[in-house]
Amino acid sequence: MKIIELRSEHQIIAEWITNGSRILDLGCGNGAFLAALQHEKEVTGYGIEIDPDNIVDCISKNVKVIQANLDEGLSGFDANSFDYVVMTQTIQAMRFPHKVINEMLRIGREVIVTFPNLGHWKHRLKLLKGNIPVTAPLPNSWFETPNIHICTIGDFERLCSSLGINILERAILNSTHRPVKTMKLFPNLFGEVAIYRTCKAPYKPNFNLHN
Amino acid sequence: MKKYKDEINHSSVGLVIAKNQIISSELKLDSGTTLKGYNLCYETYGRLNKKRDNAILICHALTGDQHAAGYNDPADKKPGWWDNMIGPGKPVDTNKFFVVCPNNLGGCGGSTGPLSPNPSTGFAYGPDFPIITVRDWVESQNRLLESLEIESWAVVMGGSLGGMQAIQWAIDYPHKVKHSVIIAAAPKLSTQNIAFNEIARQAIRSDPNFFDGLYKTKNTFPEHGLKLARMVGHLTYLSDDILHTKFGRELKKGKIEFGFDVEFEVESYLKYQGESFIGQRFDANSYLLMTKTLDYFDPAEKYEGKLSDALKKCKSNFLVISFSSDWRFSPTRSMEIVRALLENDKNVIYSEIESELGHDSFLLPIPQYHRILSTYLNKITVT
Repeated sequence: MKIIELRSEHQIIAEWITNGSRILDLGCGNGAFLAALQHEKEVTGYGIEIDPDNIVDCISKNVKVIQANLDEGLSGFDANSFDYVVMTQTIQAMRFPHKVINEMLRIGREVIVTFPNLGHWKHRLKLLKGNIPVTAPLPNSWFETPNIHICTIGDFERLCSSLGINILERAILNSTHRPVKTMKLFPNLFGEVAIYRTCKAPYKPNFNLHN
Repeated sequence: MKKYKDEINHSSVGLVIAKNQIISSELKLDSGTTLKGYNLCYETYGRLNKKRDNAILICHALTGDQHAAGYNDPADKKPGWWDNMIGPGKPVDTNKFFVVCPNNLGGCGGSTGPLSPNPSTGFAYGPDFPIITVRDWVESQNRLLESLEIESWAVVMGGSLGGMQAIQWAIDYPHKVKHSVIIAAAPKLSTQNIAFNEIARQAIRSDPNFFDGLYKTKNTFPEHGLKLARMVGHLTYLSDDILHTKFGRELKKGKIEFGFDVEFEVESYLKYQGESFIGQRFDANSYLLMTKTLDYFDPAEKYEGKLSDALKKCKSNFLVISFSSDWRFSPTRSMEIVRALLENDKNVIYSEIESELGHDSFLLPIPQYHRILSTYLNKITVT
């Protein structure tokens, strides 16, 4: 699979990542993203995954994968051993998202996370009607959802500032997973998926907030 | 039944005859003693290709031997110990690879060991056979590699003590190993592991028929001690869960008899395991040696206990596999190996296989386990 054939959030992340860098992809799924980056951007790195079928898929794609439960920590990895630590659509399913982000920032120079935005107007409407939202980005009922820590774009940015995390870049996708103009004004209302590139406080390379 | 037999024929390497490689050069052992020469008994399956780049070394575990696959005799009831792994179309596909499985030095499958004649006395070594380390095994196997005129192994692979040999190979001969497959292993034994080994050794050594290892000269055998040793060992290979599912607290005669004969099913099972091990004619001195080899294994020792330093020079790709219910060499022990490899930025893949069957899982045809190995080994290019 080529980068251009990946999900749009992966395409955006691929644009952000510098060629030849070292990446750790947490919850790397079937390895398609890492495999495409290996081919087209000469990155090296590992994926972490828990699902047995995905492990087999990763091996068949020549993706180095470590089978592990992310909730059990990342103590196997040295501080600053990666250029990027990436986690797509998983942070909201972690037991302690803030601890995971701090761990990711320990291991990686930069951290890239994506998550479904609870602040999207469709979600707000469902809540107004008195129900926990069940939508395409949050497809499970409240009692069986793996997404136990859902947040809004605003919540996430407040967490970053309280943890002393710099936001280097942000992209917000609408429900067709494309960045559109209305996002500039009301990202928390119209954004369905949020993508962030962050780093620890003292380190500040090119700062770029674009929607 | 006929269908079953046909299946065996299709996926079996068939009849195999063990070969012997007599190596006449000296082997300086870690212990300080020197073996003037030795024999390595080994089996091979599949064919060595023209470029001689498709050879896999299979390293056996504690009580294994060179007979990993196929049958030595058409009348054999059971095939080799890893027959579900090795053969045409199996994970270690003999249509692609040339498989070499030697018996370890100090063993009793045909390689030089306690049963072999000691050149300086003319009698069997018995208890005088020197203690061998995993490094010594690698060194001896390297001479076999040279005599087969193969430059490097495509894969060195093994489970348990065999996995430890695979680690040592990658460390000692970085240029001669392309892939290391390390299954249900550990970077060194835990205190508990050593303690279990010592119980096994004491069981053998305290048998009145042991005679300080000279039982052969007295025409006897420490059968009872070896049986006990195997019972303890076997128990550590199984998980608590599987023992419970298999036997629970079932009673052989359905009721408690208030005596010391075999009452619970699990007692009968352990007794059977001990007895069938005696039936395999495993030598007691070999068993003692092998447990010592296990105890001494610690590649990080020379590097102030830093495993990552020991693995620094490795060149091979690594596949590390553990089993969820293995408490002898648990997944955390495999992760120690993975962590040390990650620290060195090595190519490593790690999988923890869900299994309730304990340490012995590595010998069993667990679908996910075999899928991982098939996929990994299929990706390896040979000419």
